[in-house]
Amino acid sequence: MADHIVSSYDQELKLLMTKIAEMGGLAEGLVADSVTALTRMDIGLAQKVVLTDARLDRLQHEVEERAILLIARRQPMALDLREIMGALRISNDLERVGDLAKNIAKRVTAMHGNMVAKQLVIGVEHLSEIALEQLKAVLDAFTTRDDAVAMEVRKRDDEIDALYTSLFRELLTYMMEDPRNISSCTHLLFCAKNIERIGDHATNIAETVHFVVTGEQMIEERLKSDGSSMIGSIGAE
Amino acid sequence: MGRAIDLRTLAAMLVGVFGFFAVISPVPAWALIGGGLVILIGSALSPRALRADRRRSQPMSGPVVWPNPSMKAVAEALPDPCIMTDAQGIVRFVNDLAIQRFGLVSRGDPLNFKLRATALNDALERVVALDRAETAEWLEKIPTERWFEAHLAPIHFQPDPHATLRRPDFVIVVIEDLTERRRSERMRADFVANASHELRTPLASLTGFIETLQGPARNDAVAREKFLGIMMQQASRMKRLIDDLLSLSRIEMKAHMRPDAIVDVGELMWDVIDSLQPLANENAVELCAEIAEKPMPTMADRDELVQVFSNLIENAIKYGASGGKVDISAEADPQGGDQWLVSIRDYGPGIAEEHLPRLTERFYRADIVSSREKQGTGLGLAIVKHILTRHHARLQIESSLGAGATFSVRLESQSAIAHSPQINTPNGEQTRTHQSPAKIIRAR
Repeated sequence: MADHIVSSYDQELKLLMTKIAEMGGLAEGLVADSVTALTRMDIGLAQKVVLTDARLDRLQHEVEERAILLIARRQPMALDLREIMGALRISNDLERVGDLAKNIAKRVTAMHGNMVAKQLVIGVEHLSEIALEQLKAVLDAFTTRDDAVAMEVRKRDDEIDALYTSLFRELLTYMMEDPRNISSCTHLLFCAKNIERIGDHATNIAETVHFVVTGEQMIEERLKSDGSSMIGSIGAE
Repeated sequence: MGRAIDLRTLAAMLVGVFGFFAVISPVPAWALIGGGLVILIGSALSPRALRADRRRSQPMSGPVVWPNPSMKAVAEALPDPCIMTDAQGIVRFVNDLAIQRFGLVSRGDPLNFKLRATALNDALERVVALDRAETAEWLEKIPTERWFEAHLAPIHFQPDPHATLRRPDFVIVVIEDLTERRRSERMRADFVANASHELRTPLASLTGFIETLQGPARNDAVAREKFLGIMMQQASRMKRLIDDLLSLSRIEMKAHMRPDAIVDVGELMWDVIDSLQPLANENAVELCAEIAEKPMPTMADRDELVQVFSNLIENAIKYGASGGKVDISAEADPQGGDQWLVSIRDYGPGIAEEHLPRLTERFYRADIVSSREKQGTGLGLAIVKHILTRHHARLQIESSLGAGATFSVRLESQSAIAHSPQINTPNGEQTRTHQSPAKIIRAR
């Protein structure tokens, strides 16, 4: 598909969007696989995630090059320009999502089969389900240019934050109960943090979709409900 | 498995051969094809197919070859979702089954706008580049786990013997749903893993008491009575666990199929409330119901919804007993959105905020001691969540310590579901109306 002769601006633009959709599919797959690797302690799958991430990076470069060429050659205005800028921003976000998934996969290898309490892993899996739902909804919103769905995604990020805070608290309790838990719990904590960050990238993409569709930048700061930065004196309670 | 592939290859070959003849169309060739295909052409040229032709969007640029009506007729006749794309991966035709399964795939858009799976994307590229049939398998995790296998085959209209690299005119993509098969394989593994993990504790305790009864406590009548009591408790806990695990597995098996019966929410709530009245009396809890009078039809699996609301009300009675009262309401959602809102509110000790997001995880217990006392398995809310996911409904939990808890369920109304493009409404079923005053307060 890469070598076909483009004959119109529309087609060039559509090809750029196809690359974004391809990146989206790849990123979704990486997140899902990295969490599956974590829950099953599947080191083979984790290594596959680490290797596949390179492909996402290559795609991001390709998107960047195509976007720059498009802007230089066609000098698009208004919606056309916004669409290309949107594609650039989203490819950045998706590339970061891939990196975060890769980091989870690397931690699976580092944990080396040292399983922590099953309940905690179920918690991380639960977190990833919401993050994946958000990612899927926002990528669909981008291809269909659906602002309403994108705004819904932006609102739902609170759910991820609340769940992350709850997990953070529980992991801390585990570490205090038994110092032998510290190393695996720390890895799990970073995995949870990574997934929470993936949710933030989905929110970013939602804001980009809003920008592409309406031409307005989202200025108002979203209220963060991640309360983990407030939890510190838990031991003194 | 082998048969399925054969069928599909056959279909693809048929389309290929047929397309070839339709385009080249030397008269004697038609004579060779025979009666069966004449019928197909007849159906392909029917007014419906012609209308569909006029509706298609305009090609973007260049000479675009469209799938001809006969190819479409063959694609519609397939028992699986089928999509045809051109060599650039742009969707040119989608059959009805594919629209039902995956939602609207717009013609003129790249296939991966709707189906982003990397495996499918790569397979499509290989089909075009290598000019050979491919298969791709992938798993979709959201909203429920579904496994798919796509069979892709290149189709040529005018084979050019001199070309070094031939690009297919079309790629036909037939998608098979493997969910049921894969899920039953997985279900067994998951069930064994969960069951062995959770059953070990009560089983160990049972074995311990049996050993004691065989040995040191053999002739101690008092101890024997006491131990037998505990053993009974542990055995019934194991039984509840197995029941819950089984019903969770059953629900997961059906998770990808949307329920299609029409159920009246109000009537269902009265049934649930009636069945739980004895438990409420036992716990000295008053059930106050406020069910809207008008019919509230939704598409549901009745038994599953009964389980959802029984679980929620039972929890409210057991864990909120200290409040002495449970409010149950069902009405049109005041926030709008053509859906029904069912709320269950208790006035018990409430649940700390940090537990709320995690309550629906299997085996998660906010308070382990109290859960064990109340004979909870830690699976009740997980079952609720799974059923609601299947019904595209959402559960909202609001609570804080000391202020009781509210569990709200939002169910799409039947008309909202009927208007969404992906669902076929079954006909012939009538909604039953319930004759009861708008507000009934039931005392215990």
